[in-house]
Amino acid sequence: MNLYSRRILINRIGIALSMIAMAFGLAALMWILWTLFYNGFNALSWDFFTQDTPAPGSEGGGLRNAIVGSLMIIGVTTLVSTPIGILAGIYLAEYGTTSKFAATTRFVTDIMLSAPSIVVGLFVYALVVATLGGFSGWAGSLALSLIAIPVVVRTTENMLLLVPTALREAAFAVGAPRWQVSLKVTLRAVKAGVVTGILLAIARVMGETAPLLFTALNNQFFSTDMSQPMGNLPVVIFQFAMSPYDNWVSLAWGGALLIALIVLAINIIARVLFRNKVSA
Amino acid sequence: MSEATTPVDVHAAQVRKFKLQDMFFHQVTLVFAFIVLAALVGILISLAIEAMPVFREFGLGFLWTNVWNVPEDQYGALSAIYGTVVTSVIALIIAVPVSFGIALFLTETCPVWLRRPLGTAIELLAGVPSIIYGIWGLFVFAPLFAEHVQPYLQELVGDTPIISGWFAGPPIGIGILTAGIVLSLMVIPFVASVMRDVFETVPPQLKESAYGVGCTTWEVVTNIVLPYTRVGVIGGIMLGLGRALGETMAVTFVIGNANRIVGSLFAPGTSIASTLANEFGEADPGLHISSLFALGLVLFIITFIVLAISQWLIKRGIAKQGI
Amino acid sequence: MSTSQTTANGEAILSIRDLNFYYGDFRGLTNVSLDIAKSQVTAFIGPSGCGKSTLLRTFNRMYDLYPGQRAEGQINFHGKNLLDKKQDVNLVRAKIGMVFQKPTPFPMTIYENIAFGVRLYEKLSSSDMDERVEWALRKAAIWEETKNKLQQSGLSLSGGQQQRLCIARTIAVKPEIVLLDEPTSALDPISTAKIEELINELKNEYTIAIVTHNMQQAARISDFTAFMYLGELIEFGNTDKLFVKPTQKQTEDYITGRFG
Repeated sequence: MNLYSRRILINRIGIALSMIAMAFGLAALMWILWTLFYNGFNALSWDFFTQDTPAPGSEGGGLRNAIVGSLMIIGVTTLVSTPIGILAGIYLAEYGTTSKFAATTRFVTDIMLSAPSIVVGLFVYALVVATLGGFSGWAGSLALSLIAIPVVVRTTENMLLLVPTALREAAFAVGAPRWQVSLKVTLRAVKAGVVTGILLAIARVMGETAPLLFTALNNQFFSTDMSQPMGNLPVVIFQFAMSPYDNWVSLAWGGALLIALIVLAINIIARVLFRNKVSA
Repeated sequence: MSEATTPVDVHAAQVRKFKLQDMFFHQVTLVFAFIVLAALVGILISLAIEAMPVFREFGLGFLWTNVWNVPEDQYGALSAIYGTVVTSVIALIIAVPVSFGIALFLTETCPVWLRRPLGTAIELLAGVPSIIYGIWGLFVFAPLFAEHVQPYLQELVGDTPIISGWFAGPPIGIGILTAGIVLSLMVIPFVASVMRDVFETVPPQLKESAYGVGCTTWEVVTNIVLPYTRVGVIGGIMLGLGRALGETMAVTFVIGNANRIVGSLFAPGTSIASTLANEFGEADPGLHISSLFALGLVLFIITFIVLAISQWLIKRGIAKQGI
Repeated sequence: MSTSQTTANGEAILSIRDLNFYYGDFRGLTNVSLDIAKSQVTAFIGPSGCGKSTLLRTFNRMYDLYPGQRAEGQINFHGKNLLDKKQDVNLVRAKIGMVFQKPTPFPMTIYENIAFGVRLYEKLSSSDMDERVEWALRKAAIWEETKNKLQQSGLSLSGGQQQRLCIARTIAVKPEIVLLDEPTSALDPISTAKIEELINELKNEYTIAIVTHNMQQAARISDFTAFMYLGELIEFGNTDKLFVKPTQKQTEDYITGRFG
């Protein structure tokens, strides 16, 4: 075999391998989604949404308490992390070009984006649960907020940095004070991007299990009291899936499918929203 | 034009008001940025305080002692650290070449119209919550692995010294190797996304000149793209490592949760995160809970270092674009 | 600088003395001195990087936004030095408006684009505000095109319309001076003609300083022209005189197209 045909062969092999890698990635996604549908779809009945979690070994039941609990915990998380994340993001974009403090904060935020979420759960346990006497929905929201905030901070900052300098200068040029330039002009110009960041943060915390294990804990009964332990989808899925009861396992699959659908839907909405706004 | 519409004294008052508001705005945003920073420091401090009793009892030896005996109140972190590191290494061994292939495909060989949908699919894979990987690993992957792959692997290695030890024991599906494989699936999208992003920073002229002298795609990638993006690629791998080390749910479901170190990769083991997930809820106050905090502290410090290096490398890798 | 140190006929509204400007260690402007005459159009020309935009951006302290940029010297406006640290920049900017190279409509309705700046320093009733918005849009010759869609986004307009909206926004605040930084370089010839016409009308009530890379434009619309090169003011004088009979070799080379 001459040199040329050997080079071509190596190239073909390399490209074939890259295609196999891509196919492998896609196959994994398909496989996981398919098993989710296959195992979870039958669990998604009317009862699934209207009944509470059943006792061990009993039949029927649903995940109403966990669904409501998750929605409440994530609702509070969104309300807490949105303003904090946006304001901190504004600080980094607006005042953070030179200061050491801002550089440190930016670095820390980047690390928090990928830091182990279970450690955040430990922190909130030590800070809130152990000191204020007990697991609660509030503690769960706090833990999830610590995970969501860095996502919002970084997307807000990155979006603000995309604002053309001329637009910012134009706002200053009519004599506007800095806070009005920030809130009324630049932030508004990147509204879609910031909303995307918030959606991605919600998608991120939607399936987070580890930080809730020692904060919100779980509650087998329906409760809307955030100061008490609260049922939530991820922890219920974890407990039910690890249990020996077929009915619980089936409900866990249903819960997993529900979470996956919500997360995928949010991701897709965020992308579409962002693409339309930014390309315009 | 009427001059009197904007009297000077109105301006002066307004200017003072703006000054105050701007100062207030600066301070408020500063406080919120500070909260973010304080959270990280707070995590470190609180974990350190809670872990104190353990280090007072066992000293630093806690880190390399292989014992986890709840009834006797004897604790050492070694088995958990071992499981964490070994599963993460297995995950990377699988994830790095696959991610490289995906990134290569997406930037070089994929038809342009397919790039966006496929790229999006990979990003969606990154968005799938880890608990889904866990439940899938436990109910779907592990049984298949036990029935079809593990016996075959054992047959394949036969009596080869050393290597056969890695695959010894009953093929029960769950264990260190399975945890590593499930973990690799979780990590692939993150590593692949970073690699794709840094590959895209290679100036087109550079690649075109290589193609211009007759290089094949593979040669351009190995001789131009990879050397050019080396720093960023390593950063992406470190990011994947950071993710793998700290992952809880994908591992807890399939690792088997046994606080011991066994040479075989088929044997059940534990990782720091899965020990925490399994034991923390029912831990006794005192040394047990304190050792769990100590494990958390160890995990946090390791991942912090890995992620810090990764951020530094990725930023350097991307910044190169400007040169 | 050697030539016709100008205190132009008529009253000077801005007088710049010994202005030096630095980007960190790099000196962007060297000892610039000139007067901007009230109710006249002063044009700044010169090759790219000559400092003409830098000079314009010192007039409203726009450089203040960027750490590392600083100006030394004097820019006197109503007896006060604008470069004085104590001078409030927001107020300066309300009195000295600016229009940029690319149209920069704010992400709000056409109406709000105008009202935003006005509201900063004046408390007007809603009917007074309506009047002011209409007044500004008429002045900028864009009222007819926008009167039926005041509640639509400013981004929905065409490029030329957006630029006139930006001019309307600037004059709505009733500044004394309007700075134009290459306002037509991103526009088509028809839009450019409209803006030039507009500048001609506005100069009766406002003092205008315009940076342009287009010499014909400077010749068409300005009363005075300053030619800058490498951060220095080379020649400054009556536009007619400067273009017909420049006193400096460099000016002549530039306007005859020998470099730049």
